[in-house]
Amino acid sequence: MQATDNNSDVYQMPDGRGHFGVYGGMFVAETLMGPLAELREAYEKYLQDADFLAELDYELQQYVGRPSPLYFAERWSKQLGGARIYLKREDLNHTGAHKINNTVGQALLAKRMGKTRIIAETGAGQHGVASATVAARLGLECVVYMGAEDIQRQAMNVFRMKLLGATVVPVESGSRTLKDALNEAMRDWVTNIDDTFYIIGTVAGPHPYPAMVRDFQTIIGREARSQILQQEGRLPDALVACVGGGSNAIGLFYPFIEDKDVAIYGVEAAGDGLETGHHAAPLCAGKPGVLHGNRTYLMEDAHGQIIHTHSISAGLDYPGVGPEHAWLKDSGRANYVAIDDNEALQGFHDLTRIEGIIPALESSHALAYATKLAPTMTSEQIIIVNLSGRGDKDIHTVAEHEGITL
Amino acid sequence: MSRLAACFEKLHKSGKKALIPYVTAGDPEPGVTVSLMHAMVAAGANILELGVPFSDPMAEGPVIQRAMERALEHEVSLDDVLKMVQTFRQSDADTPVVLMGYLNPVEVKGYTDFAREAQAAGVDAVLLVDMPPEEADDLLSALSAHELDMIFLVAPTTDDARIKMITESGRGFIYYVSLKGVTGAGHLDISAVKQQLAKIRLQTALPVAVGFGIKDAESAASIADVADAVVVGSALVRKVEENADSVDNINSAVAGLLSEMRAAMDRC
Ligand SMILES: Cc1ncc(COP(=O)(O)O)c(C=O)c1O
Repeated sequence: MQATDNNSDVYQMPDGRGHFGVYGGMFVAETLMGPLAELREAYEKYLQDADFLAELDYELQQYVGRPSPLYFAERWSKQLGGARIYLKREDLNHTGAHKINNTVGQALLAKRMGKTRIIAETGAGQHGVASATVAARLGLECVVYMGAEDIQRQAMNVFRMKLLGATVVPVESGSRTLKDALNEAMRDWVTNIDDTFYIIGTVAGPHPYPAMVRDFQTIIGREARSQILQQEGRLPDALVACVGGGSNAIGLFYPFIEDKDVAIYGVEAAGDGLETGHHAAPLCAGKPGVLHGNRTYLMEDAHGQIIHTHSISAGLDYPGVGPEHAWLKDSGRANYVAIDDNEALQGFHDLTRIEGIIPALESSHALAYATKLAPTMTSEQIIIVNLSGRGDKDIHTVAEHEGITL
Repeated sequence: MSRLAACFEKLHKSGKKALIPYVTAGDPEPGVTVSLMHAMVAAGANILELGVPFSDPMAEGPVIQRAMERALEHEVSLDDVLKMVQTFRQSDADTPVVLMGYLNPVEVKGYTDFAREAQAAGVDAVLLVDMPPEEADDLLSALSAHELDMIFLVAPTTDDARIKMITESGRGFIYYVSLKGVTGAGHLDISAVKQQLAKIRLQTALPVAVGFGIKDAESAASIADVADAVVVGSALVRKVEENADSVDNINSAVAGLLSEMRAAMDRC
């Protein structure tokens, strides 16, 4: 029972200048246009380069620990009484999340391009930790920009980055969160272009970042596709992943885009609830606009100012979303839904108690949606949920939320 | 002839260079801006660049970031900025006004509505930092239908092929960013500026303005020596910040620095 690839309707995105339909593109200051072209050339060249790909493969296996398992959550599936739920265990990667798939790829590219210094932005600190980790591994200088607000919320990851030898720069401008950290990293890059490589942590930013980060993250979906074919002899009926910037989601979705029978669900953070306005769900409740180098759905006011977001999970607390998701939404190929803070916390506890796996609060949004979806399906049907990270970093947040002091 | 073209022609005839101050509209509060615009013209400014506040000013250094935050505390919007220009125009029919900002507020308003309203308010040109010519076809046609110029940047990292494309798309003048960095950075290298200006002039007859890193009379004069126009931003915005509690002090501090620059530029 082999699934056949249907190539009659080949999905080829983005175009040469980084457009996914009307989304994406390169909306940056002129100073960055040359360096982005240089990055695009290097990335296109090395993605065809056997040596580079072999090195990437080696690092992913021996350093990151790939392939990650595709785990059948049998007890949880039974309790929900519907579809069979499989978890793609990105939480088992080195550093505890999918982020490292991308940082390994970009850092190897930085090395090939002769850059000696890497910079990164981070929200929850997961991408910062993953960047600091590969920088240590490759002997590169590393500077991580992090909103002053997030530094307070994620003290443990800040210390991890420092242990790894990175400099963590608090960002005091704007809302002092992830979007401002991205602004500040861009400002550093424009100033230090000659020796610096900017590792963006999600499928946002100007072209080629959304395509490049996707390509480094599709290892998730490629593995999941062959694992489910091996374990179940057929493709899944649905995919579910949380969407902050959208990198773990596109990493899972991309290799299934042409499999039209596979339903795709991206789960945004509804925070206090979409109706309250305190959320981080631009696809569900935002409008198109231009931020951070690309056109996409944004959380913005009537005058085009970017507005504050809220989510219990710092990694989803971003007012934009990767342009490819904007395209997948408009084209109808993917569905975008939202899960609020309380539902996510319930998902967090469920998986912990029923399967003995403590998930990241980001991933808990995907889990919570699966608990709604599974009972509407039959026990013959299959859902793959991307378990994008482990929840150790969130223990303090959960405790605090529940009024417990550790 | 457009106000911008007339302005450059007049300066050219008298052998002078244009002095272009930048301030953020609505900084430190909306009531200050129109009187500051007039004060700058009186102090020798030839063209005014008015910053449209944006929540995520990716190309600005800390000084202009803070200016935008002060303006946004008063919720100064693109509509408000257009009203300021309209008020300014009631008593100054000649000084060209360039709006400088980021794409999203314009994107949200819609290109055609923006162009129509900006023309009606008396705006002459628009510079959107994060809008490169490659993405600008629709915006360019909306602007030109309303006789507005689109000003593009050229940077130290811009190669000859891009210089050609940018100078073909640009109208009004070309804005050369003198350094790799954000606004308010301080490492101006005149000989590198000269080299890049020579390349730009090979491709276009448009006037070339130079900005980023010009902070005093001396740097203004040395840029005036090689360029058609000198743009000064952060140094003035810093004066606004230092005198934020009094309109009169803002006007005299900003005008003071501009007059020194004017005098130094006219001496060479
Ligand atoms: C575990 C985990 N999942 C998901 C995300 C959200 O990012 P993305 O949407 O790019 O996958 C983060 C971001 O920090 C994360 O740490």
